[in-house]
Amino acid sequence: MSANWRLNVAVLYPELLNLYGDRGNARALERRCQARGIDAEITPVVIGDHWSPDDTDIILVGGGQDREQRRVQSDLHRRGAALRDYIEDDGVVLAVCGGFQLFGQHYRGWDGEIMEGIAIFDAVAAHPGPSIQRCVGNVVAIWEGETVVGFENHGGRTYLNEGQQAFASVVSGFGNNGGDGLEGARRRNAFGTYLHGAVLPKNPRLADRLIALALQRRYGSDAPALSPLDDRAALRAHAEALRAAFSPAESAIGRRFA
Amino acid sequence: MRSLGSGGTALPGLVVERLHDGAAGALAGQLSATALITGTNGKTTSAAMLARILRADDRAVIHNRSGSNLMRGVTASLVEAASLLGTLPRRTTAVFEADEAALSAIAAAAPPSVAVFTNLMRDQLDRYGEIETIARRWTEALGGFPGDATLALNIDDPLIASLESQWSGSSVRYGIEDPDVPPAPEGEIMDAVWDPETQDEFRYTRRYFAQLGRWHTDAGARRPVPQVAADQIDNAEQGVSFTLRFPAGERTLSLPAEGLYSVYNALAAAAAATALGVPPDTICSALESHQAAFGRQEDLLVNQRRVRVLLGKNPSGLNQALRTLQAPGERHHLLILLNDGVADGVDVSWIWDVDWESQAPHCRSVVVGGDRAADMALRLEYAGFPAPRAEVTRDTGEALSRALSGVPEHEQLVILPTYTAMLEVRQRFGRMGASRLWDVA
Ligand SMILES: [Zn+2]
Repeated sequence: MSANWRLNVAVLYPELLNLYGDRGNARALERRCQARGIDAEITPVVIGDHWSPDDTDIILVGGGQDREQRRVQSDLHRRGAALRDYIEDDGVVLAVCGGFQLFGQHYRGWDGEIMEGIAIFDAVAAHPGPSIQRCVGNVVAIWEGETVVGFENHGGRTYLNEGQQAFASVVSGFGNNGGDGLEGARRRNAFGTYLHGAVLPKNPRLADRLIALALQRRYGSDAPALSPLDDRAALRAHAEALRAAFSPAESAIGRRFA
Repeated sequence: MRSLGSGGTALPGLVVERLHDGAAGALAGQLSATALITGTNGKTTSAAMLARILRADDRAVIHNRSGSNLMRGVTASLVEAASLLGTLPRRTTAVFEADEAALSAIAAAAPPSVAVFTNLMRDQLDRYGEIETIARRWTEALGGFPGDATLALNIDDPLIASLESQWSGSSVRYGIEDPDVPPAPEGEIMDAVWDPETQDEFRYTRRYFAQLGRWHTDAGARRPVPQVAADQIDNAEQGVSFTLRFPAGERTLSLPAEGLYSVYNALAAAAAATALGVPPDTICSALESHQAAFGRQEDLLVNQRRVRVLLGKNPSGLNQALRTLQAPGERHHLLILLNDGVADGVDVSWIWDVDWESQAPHCRSVVVGGDRAADMALRLEYAGFPAPRAEVTRDTGEALSRALSGVPEHEQLVILPTYTAMLEVRQRFGRMGASRLWDVA
């Protein structure tokens, strides 16, 4: 039986929140769906667009510099209630870096200016000031017993309030704040993370998890199982990122989380 | 101090800086003029072109080469040029590449007579920080410039054009006037979406690449008219020819280099030279005889194979370089060397912002190498490239010999290295006795 499976993927503000490689995440979802005969329809959502999350299965939101985050803030707020409903209804989200911060309670920028988030995650972020070191480097974290790899580059430090689940725990790198060993946040099917560098192509298990969660939500028990793919290139890149994170150069500059 | 080994031009400066504190300042005081060149892309080639123009204008020129564009490189260049008594030849002009994050410090040590701003794009964010940070530093740096300095501004980049309103002195604007330049592909990465001052969106009647083009805002801001401009641009494999307009008239010239970014480099050099009083004829003849700074765009002949080396270090720069390789029917072999050292950018995510998809149909075979070869191979798989023949992790030498051995005689190998990989390639070619294509052709 050739069922016509499909998933609608919305990318929020791709013209603004696209810092260093975030566009690779949509490509990964598209490709991994197509390989299983699932149509993935990618829809960019820009400021002012008429769009509601109603018929959406996966939402991607990328990173941006402070000025881009400020720019999308009011448009995002306009959609805040709908996005919260979507997530309570088990809608799938991947929010990266600046997008992760905007999905928290608020973000205090380097100039002290407060940017209110849409409070999907019970987390607050603050930039300690332009003279304080940014959190920059390769990251290895453990998510459900597996390694996830990526690159982080953020001035803001995120702190999860009590009861807010993290996405992963940091093995190497700063993660949310360089102090508590936590990386990102998770609420129902919404994942927030500081890992950019197109996190999904290099972490195929995470990409497949987002797809599986979305299929389950749309098709329930009829959802197709995800057949294994030839992931040799992805896993080699994953291994290479692990090696980079543990290289002597990285630990020599004291970036390793102890 | 005169023998600076190849590829290691930053080190002597460090030594010298420690030995003679303030040496740079004292020597800089003897210069008759100083040109600083800053911006994300095009610094090295523009600076090399300007140095050549100034030599053709019978000046002694001090120039920090090899992308050694930090403070130390500047100090080394000054000390290298000075005699044992610490004096510079008369009528000496300095041409310094100023790292965009180090502009203030360099301008304090070597106050500019002319400062060239080429463009401002995302580049190694792990190293330079956000574009906003750079723009803020530039504004601070302008405050320390001598009042009689002239700015040479690429007004096709709205982020550069906006510097004019922050400067009370004189400026020379440069840009492209040709209405027939092909537009940038839809969706190409750009960094100026709106005016940081007024928050108005930039709109384009024409966009050439990244945020460069003919821009305006709804509030009425618009790209000003350039005083030094390129028109009637004709891109061919042997090079690019165009009309160069000066305030005093126009000339036609051809460069032995390809692509729109070569035109921008020439415009930057011509605008700076105009500000320094060099006549148009001298500028044009010097530009026509210019050869690309090593590694930025390099044609070599290795074992009967044409080899071209194009440095790739950020998405806009590499997108432009790739476009010179995409003539209809053009096919070649590729060697991509991706390192993640500090000088390359530790973050290799930027490869996802490069339009490899449009390069795939022009690629006969590909070899990837360098520290992050597997990242590159994964990116190419997404872009629909033929499967890489080999991934030679870390070993640039092995990647290079595999790539060369896979290229049939008389076909072309294009090497796209990051910065540290480029230095390695250069060294190995030196040992192999590769000859420059222009030397034998
Ligand atoms: Zn990031």
